[in-house]
Amino acid sequence: MDMQNIENQLSELKSQLAALSKKVPEDKLSMIVFSGDLDKIIASFIIATGAVAMGMKAVMFFTFWGTPVLRDPKKSVGGKDTFGKMFGTMLPKGMGQVKLSKMNMGGMGTAMMKSLMKKKNVASLEQMLEMAEELGVQIFICEMSMDLMGFKREEMIDYKNLIYCGVAKFLEEAANSKVQLFI
Amino acid sequence: MSDDIKADKVFDLKGLPCPMPVVKVSKGIKEVEVGQVIEAQSTDPGSLTDFPAWARTSGNEILKTEQDGDVIKFFIKRNA
Repeated sequence: MDMQNIENQLSELKSQLAALSKKVPEDKLSMIVFSGDLDKIIASFIIATGAVAMGMKAVMFFTFWGTPVLRDPKKSVGGKDTFGKMFGTMLPKGMGQVKLSKMNMGGMGTAMMKSLMKKKNVASLEQMLEMAEELGVQIFICEMSMDLMGFKREEMIDYKNLIYCGVAKFLEEAANSKVQLFI
Repeated sequence: MSDDIKADKVFDLKGLPCPMPVVKVSKGIKEVEVGQVIEAQSTDPGSLTDFPAWARTSGNEILKTEQDGDVIKFFIKRNA
C-alpha cells in the first residue's frame, strides 16, 4: 500500500467519524412536563436538578397542564377573552397552587404533604425552581398551550433563558438527548 | 486504601433528602483542585447507591465509604 492510498483512507475515515459523532446524542435529559400535579412536578424538578448534578444538561418543556404552573402569582394581565379568563381562574397560578394528583381531599392532603415535606427537609417547589435556575436547567414553554389557555408572556415567571417554542424545538432537543421523559 | 485519608474540604449534608446530597456534592467537588479529596457526610440512605452512581458518571472516585450510626461518610477524590 502506498502513502497516497493510506492518506486517502485516513481522510475517508475522518469524514466518516465526523458524520458519526454528529449522530451521537449528548449527555442531556429532555423532559416533557405535561402534568400540573404537585407530585409529578416535584418528581420532574428532582430529576432535572439531579441530571445536572450528574454532569448532564437538562431541558424541561412545559406543556398543557404544566403551563399554568409557570405563571407568576405576583403578576396579572388584563385584556383576556372569556375563555382566557376562565382558564386563568380555574388553573393554578404558580407553584404555590398546585395540588396532589391523589389524596388531595379538598386541599387537606396537599397541605399535609407540604407540611410533611417541610418537616423532612424536602425542598418546596419554589425552592426547586430556584435551584433549577441556579444549576442552569433550561425551561421551554409550549407556545400553543399558552395561546389555547389565553396566557400571556407578561404573566409568566422570571427565569433565566426562558424560551417559548413548539414541538419542533422539543423534538430537536429530544433527538439529541440520551434520556427523554414524559411526565 | 489506608485508613488515614485526609479530606481537603468537608461537606455537611446531614438531614438533606434526595436530590440535595448529590446536587451539593457535584457543586462542592469543584471547590477543590483535581487530585484533592472531599469528605461528604450524608444521612440519606439513598446516598449509598446514589454517590457511586454519581461518581461513575461524573468521572470522580470514591476512595472510602464509612458508616457511623446514621451518618454515611464518603471520601471522594476529584478526578474530573
